[in-house]
Amino acid sequence: MIANDVPAVHTRGLVKIYDDTVAVAGLDLTVARGECFGLLGPNGAGKTTTVEILEGLVDRSGGTVEIFGRTWEADERWLREQVGVSFQTTHLQEKLTVREILELFRAFFLEGKPVAQVLEEVRLVEKADARYETLSGGQKQRVAVACALVGRPALLFLDEPTTGLDPQSRRALWDVVHTFREAGGTVLLTTHYMDEAEKLCDRVAIVDHGKIIASGTPAELVAQIGAKEVVTVRLAPRDDTSDDATVETARGSLVEALEGALGVVSVRREPDALAMTVRELHDSLPALLAILAARGESILGLTTHRATLEDVFIELTGRQLRE
Amino acid sequence: MSDGARRARAIRAMVVSHMRASYREPGGLFWTYGFPILLSLVLGLAFRSRAPEAPRVAVVGAEAPVVAEKITRGGEVVAKVEARDVAERALRTGKIDAMVITEGPAVEYRFDPTRPEARLAKALADHELQKASGADPKVATKDTIVTEVGARYIDFLWPGLLGLGLMSTGLWGIGFSLADMRAKKLLRRIVATPMRRSDFLASFLLVRVVLLLVEIPPLLIFGRLFFSISVRGSPLALVLTLLLGALLFASMGLLLASRSQNPQIVSGLINVVSFPMYLGSGVFFSASRFPPAVEPFLRVLPLTALNDALRGIVTDGAGLSEVHRPLLYLLAWNVVVFALAVRLFKFR
Ligand SMILES: Nc1ncnc2c1ncn2[C@@H]1O[C@H](COP(=O)(O)OP(=O)(O)OP(=O)(O)O)[C@@H](O)[C@H]1O
Ligand SMILES: [Mg+2]
Repeated sequence: MIANDVPAVHTRGLVKIYDDTVAVAGLDLTVARGECFGLLGPNGAGKTTTVEILEGLVDRSGGTVEIFGRTWEADERWLREQVGVSFQTTHLQEKLTVREILELFRAFFLEGKPVAQVLEEVRLVEKADARYETLSGGQKQRVAVACALVGRPALLFLDEPTTGLDPQSRRALWDVVHTFREAGGTVLLTTHYMDEAEKLCDRVAIVDHGKIIASGTPAELVAQIGAKEVVTVRLAPRDDTSDDATVETARGSLVEALEGALGVVSVRREPDALAMTVRELHDSLPALLAILAARGESILGLTTHRATLEDVFIELTGRQLRE
Repeated sequence: MSDGARRARAIRAMVVSHMRASYREPGGLFWTYGFPILLSLVLGLAFRSRAPEAPRVAVVGAEAPVVAEKITRGGEVVAKVEARDVAERALRTGKIDAMVITEGPAVEYRFDPTRPEARLAKALADHELQKASGADPKVATKDTIVTEVGARYIDFLWPGLLGLGLMSTGLWGIGFSLADMRAKKLLRRIVATPMRRSDFLASFLLVRVVLLLVEIPPLLIFGRLFFSISVRGSPLALVLTLLLGALLFASMGLLLASRSQNPQIVSGLINVVSFPMYLGSGVFFSASRFPPAVEPFLRVLPLTALNDALRGIVTDGAGLSEVHRPLLYLLAWNVVVFALAVRLFKFR
């Protein structure tokens, strides 16, 4: 049915303008078949809007969208059979049980998965006969994902599928995605968890202000910021009596000095710490410590970790996630 | 699986879900069964037929004992001899309906002609007095007393309550639940599946038809047990009328919920639409009680036609041919409202 060489998702110049907001500002995206693609970005970046346009649920203001080489305008009936969606927030029928809801959604599709199997996958077997209204937030979220799976789609759109889930449920959901991909499925998901993106996604794109500002495999993105390690130091508050403005100036000049040190890519101020991304620890660490010592700063703690997608994200969007 | 079979499967699944949801909503049960039963009990008791009390008059003056005896003789009027001032006070406070004064050549009746009971008291007292005094009737008459099932207030009320029930379950059951689904983006979630939008809307109409089978028989049985109301006319006509009524108000629910994102607005619309029919469509009292100028407007309302047809069938024993006009009229409403609803309905 689906030609092998067409991408699962292909969009060019995607634009969405609400009355006074440009939610998506010219976005290009291609997701190959069998791939898991992650959209990352701060709140309001335009992830949900993009996904919902791709799902054929929101009209776009400009650009082209093809899913498996077809358009929503021409082939909605066929595409609906291929696509499973899970919204960022979903309300289902309060008075129905989980099993009844899944049976309902199963009935909409030509082919589907046995409800019992889906319940197993999303770990809701125990809650199968509980009414939707009695479920916890995380359980409701898993029902939404189950509704997306029960039609046995070829392409799965998951908008923040693990937000609000406990660690076990998150892992269970990762398993769901793995199983789905083993059967040849394609996934487009959004997430605010960088570890999740690194674990699940073959490729990710970072979206900000409705545009993709970086994309590639997680490793490529980390390499792209040119840093391998992140050094975080906690400094003791300065006990002199100088006013806030003086302290501020002192900190500012300290940051500048650190940025000039050997192998340092960037320095970021955190509430009571400084985080420095560096190329090589053995080059930069002595230099950094020397600068701090020369300025009479006393170090309360020092940690290092290998640069992750999270560091890339913060570097590129200038904002801490989950702020 | 053929396309037809899978569409049928999807629609059936929707219908089953709606039914489950509506029967798990305790409020829903009340509006379907509790409300009409309670209302008919209360109103049926309040307006139950009973012998009206005999009018009471006070007789004053010189001839009072004789006249009072004559008035009382037929047993239709209660007459008492009273002192003048006592009688006047009783008249003012409505304890008696009329006062009879026997002074001078003519018997004088004192009463308030704007009160129907007072006029009745005067007329009856006069009639009894003339008869007892030997006046010959000019025309021979006789009385036949009627207290038959079919002429009571409850007989009028009951078919109207069935119609009202169809209206409120249709408008609220369909309109409000759709508005709620839209507000919660559940409509959108359904649009994201292969279910056809027209099938989705059709499933709501189908739900009403199925619910009708569940709702109506208990109400008919109740009417029969408590008020001995049986359907005198054609059962086929009754089924057809109920069906047309249920479908019409379900479509109207679709129409009222076709656009708004806000359930409050939809419930406002439902109130605006149902209020005139609630009062004007002859549920509690006949539409002909309104001034003649207003009546043509009330005739336009679909619930008026529905109630006319129901009343014709239940009370007057009408068959299909007698109620074909209101039924055709309901059919026309159905076509127009459903077409509009399908056209205007937005899924997002
Ligand atoms: N229906 C709407 N009407 C007007 N503006 C909207 C609408 N939907 C989204 N927006 C705006 O578009 C922008 C992008 O929103 P979107 O929901 O796509 O962000 P997001 O990346 O999914 O954010 P989050 O991480 O918080 O889910 C926001 O500024 C939002 O206010
Ligand atoms: Mg979002």
